[in-house]
Amino acid sequence: MNTLKEAITNNVRRFGMIIALVGIALLFQILTGGALLTPLNITNIIMQNSYIIILAIGMMIVIITGEIDLSVGSVAAFVGAVAGVLLVTLDLPVYIGIILCLLLGAAIGAWQGFWVAYMNIPAFVVTLAGMLLFRGLTLVVLGGRTIAPFPGEFRTMSSAFLPDISAGELKLLTLLIGGAASLIYVIYELQQRRAANYYNFNTTPFALFVSKILIIILVINAFTFVLSQYQGLPVVSLILIALVLGYTFVMNKTVLGRHIYAVGGNANAAKLSGVRTKKMKFLAFVNMGFLAALAGLVFASRLNAATPQAGQLFELDAIAAAVIGGASFTGGVGTIFGAIIGALVMGVLNNGMSLMGIGTDWQQAIKGLVLLGAVAFDVLSKNK
Amino acid sequence: MSGFILEMKHITKTFPGVKALDDVNLQVEQGSIHALIGENGAGKSTLMKVLSGVHPFGTYDGEIFYRDELCEFKSINESEEKGIVIIHQELALIPELSIAENIFLGNERAERGIINWNETILKTTELLKKVGLNINPQEKIKNIGVGQQQLVEIAKALSKDVELLILDEPTASLNEEDSANLLRLLKEFQGQGMTSILISHKLKELLSISDHITILRDGQTVSSMSMEKDEVTEAKIIKGMVGRDLANLYPERNAEIGDIYFEVKDWNAFHPLDTGRQILKDIHMNVRKGEVVGMAGLMGAGRTEFAMSVFGRSYGKKITGTVYKEGKEINVKTVDKAIDNGLAYVSENRKEYGLILMDSVRKNLTLANLNSITSKNLLDLHKEVKVAEDLRQKMNIKTPTIEQSTGNLSGGNQQKVVLGKWLNAEPEVLILDEPTRGIDVGAKFEIYKIINSLAESGKSIIVISSELPELLGICDRIYTINEGRITGEISAEEADQEKLMTYMTESGREEA
Repeated sequence: MNTLKEAITNNVRRFGMIIALVGIALLFQILTGGALLTPLNITNIIMQNSYIIILAIGMMIVIITGEIDLSVGSVAAFVGAVAGVLLVTLDLPVYIGIILCLLLGAAIGAWQGFWVAYMNIPAFVVTLAGMLLFRGLTLVVLGGRTIAPFPGEFRTMSSAFLPDISAGELKLLTLLIGGAASLIYVIYELQQRRAANYYNFNTTPFALFVSKILIIILVINAFTFVLSQYQGLPVVSLILIALVLGYTFVMNKTVLGRHIYAVGGNANAAKLSGVRTKKMKFLAFVNMGFLAALAGLVFASRLNAATPQAGQLFELDAIAAAVIGGASFTGGVGTIFGAIIGALVMGVLNNGMSLMGIGTDWQQAIKGLVLLGAVAFDVLSKNK
Repeated sequence: MSGFILEMKHITKTFPGVKALDDVNLQVEQGSIHALIGENGAGKSTLMKVLSGVHPFGTYDGEIFYRDELCEFKSINESEEKGIVIIHQELALIPELSIAENIFLGNERAERGIINWNETILKTTELLKKVGLNINPQEKIKNIGVGQQQLVEIAKALSKDVELLILDEPTASLNEEDSANLLRLLKEFQGQGMTSILISHKLKELLSISDHITILRDGQTVSSMSMEKDEVTEAKIIKGMVGRDLANLYPERNAEIGDIYFEVKDWNAFHPLDTGRQILKDIHMNVRKGEVVGMAGLMGAGRTEFAMSVFGRSYGKKITGTVYKEGKEINVKTVDKAIDNGLAYVSENRKEYGLILMDSVRKNLTLANLNSITSKNLLDLHKEVKVAEDLRQKMNIKTPTIEQSTGNLSGGNQQKVVLGKWLNAEPEVLILDEPTRGIDVGAKFEIYKIINSLAESGKSIIVISSELPELLGICDRIYTINEGRITGEISAEEADQEKLMTYMTESGREEA
């Protein structure tokens, strides 16, 4: 009983976020008369927020190191503009264009990381400068005009769905993927449990263990079942899942990830423990630049155009998602999973309010209050 | 009138786990210069903080009489109103503001919130004249020297109509000329009827200027002497500062000492910001296998700076010198290279430099050697739990679970986590900087036992400590360091506290 209580208090922040997300979703489900959780709308929420989720992952890592990046919206726009020039004006093959754009993003991240990590210029200033610089360069590259349309192949990443392999009402491939994911998850959990037994650790009671697995399997398959009623899994959702799994793995299972947390937790102690603190901050920015480029590509692909106004206020959405997802500006805490939840909270709020016909003026105001409330809750609960 | 401007009676002040002051009495005569002296941590600064209201009335026991009136200061403002002003060791001046702005900060010459600059400048000029400074009152603090800043602090005190001036180590960072100037000024103010309390480590200057000396040791008044009546000598003061019982505070030791294992030669380093100031001068030192070597020195002597500059150049600029292990030169230019070469440095400031307080005991224990918990280049969390549990038992860390945040542990247990972290890095040479600072006697004993068992297993250990009895109790050999130079090297059998204190206060140039 005590261990259960401990488990709950230990995970209260993570659970808190999930509960908030479920609560908001249910609230809008009622307020919109059931329009929120339809297969079509859930697909929309994922596709509309894909680029914010990508940015939130990078932003979370930057904030974990104790820094901030205000330039991601401009970088995304700039990369989108360059993609327009490469793919439309110069007519390069799509895959080469995408690779060049991602490299460009990493290079931009390296530029900003260099100033922050090695020259000790505050990240706020460096990335504020970056925000202006890359917005300006976007206009230069586009000459103030919009470049469109992109080749069909390029649009796949944001707007296409998995191909259908059956003629039925439900999309079979999506259901199969859900089943496969459940199987992989069960194997993973069993392996963890065996390793724990090998070291003679206390494991959770078997009943609890099984019910946890069942709940997760239920969630995975409910999700794929609902989506399969519409067009099935969007291609972009596969990109998102790969990113979430990949980055969660790096942050939890590698020396690199542990060092990134250590830098944000206490840079002095980390340095004296042999962590290359400057390199870690530099890498966080390189990664942010890479993900900003990816977000820029997805956005341009979705819009089917490279426009000078792309990516405006993205940085604020990404920061808000990370903060709602449990990041702390003092650094050292936060999870990739949290960033996703934070981004979905913002996404569901946007979508739900739009469905209700609330104007963008009030939407902004309400999102502002939610952000403040989430952080205030976090700070106050920590002070206790 | 009793003739005493200040009487502090039976002052007792406890911090969680530590009795900082234990029934301390202090009597200061009107118009005198009273010296307060004691080792680091003896309670001098705490006593002055009680007096000035930094530790407000109610947080200590005992009575304070100022001009025969019982005082219950709840804040620094209340004591300043009575004319008691304290100048702290770290100067409380704002570098980007001008001298005039600093002097009247919080006490602005203003009417209805609007500052009268003409009056401010005029008053400042008068005050600066009194302290013998002839500079523009509108000069920024960052542009004047440390000695002049000290004088500005005094001018600021004068602006508050000071009657009792307390100076905490005013000459610690001053050169000889500035120090002499400052002491002359104090004498001059004494002639005008001001009383001062002077805290200092520099015995010679105390002997030359003060009328009375009160010695504190371990939070207690050891003796109070009058320069006129008693025959006060440096030796007498040192004996008063250090004399204490050593019995059974330190565990039995029987490590076998081998050949010289680790050696530092011609080590020089400069201040990281003020690169003209040399902090470490030609330091030579060595440690043998299985040996515990102490480094004794007063605050600011350069002990920590030495340790950190050797450990991956974590301190200082323009570092020169060589480091040898088993006679071979090794590269310690970055922290990870130093760790790879078998060095470990346990910082004196475990909260700032030792631990990630928000992180768990487990994560802290493995941080310095994550390779110990990887399999196939990936972190193996199960292995980590195993390693952390083993260390927890070995170090006897008292914590509910290894998932507890280190910020929630007691000081002694935090220190054990830091030590455990470094044991996990499997070092050959451990530099322990104030390993028992701020922890209780029981935990100290356990740390000493860990140090001994490390020495017995053939490690070389360097201990930096301000507590001389501790060094005498656990070391085989002790270096003394003063003003960035090694001023002495004594084996533990020959050493006693008087000898160490003499070397520690000696100017490096004469003895090196």
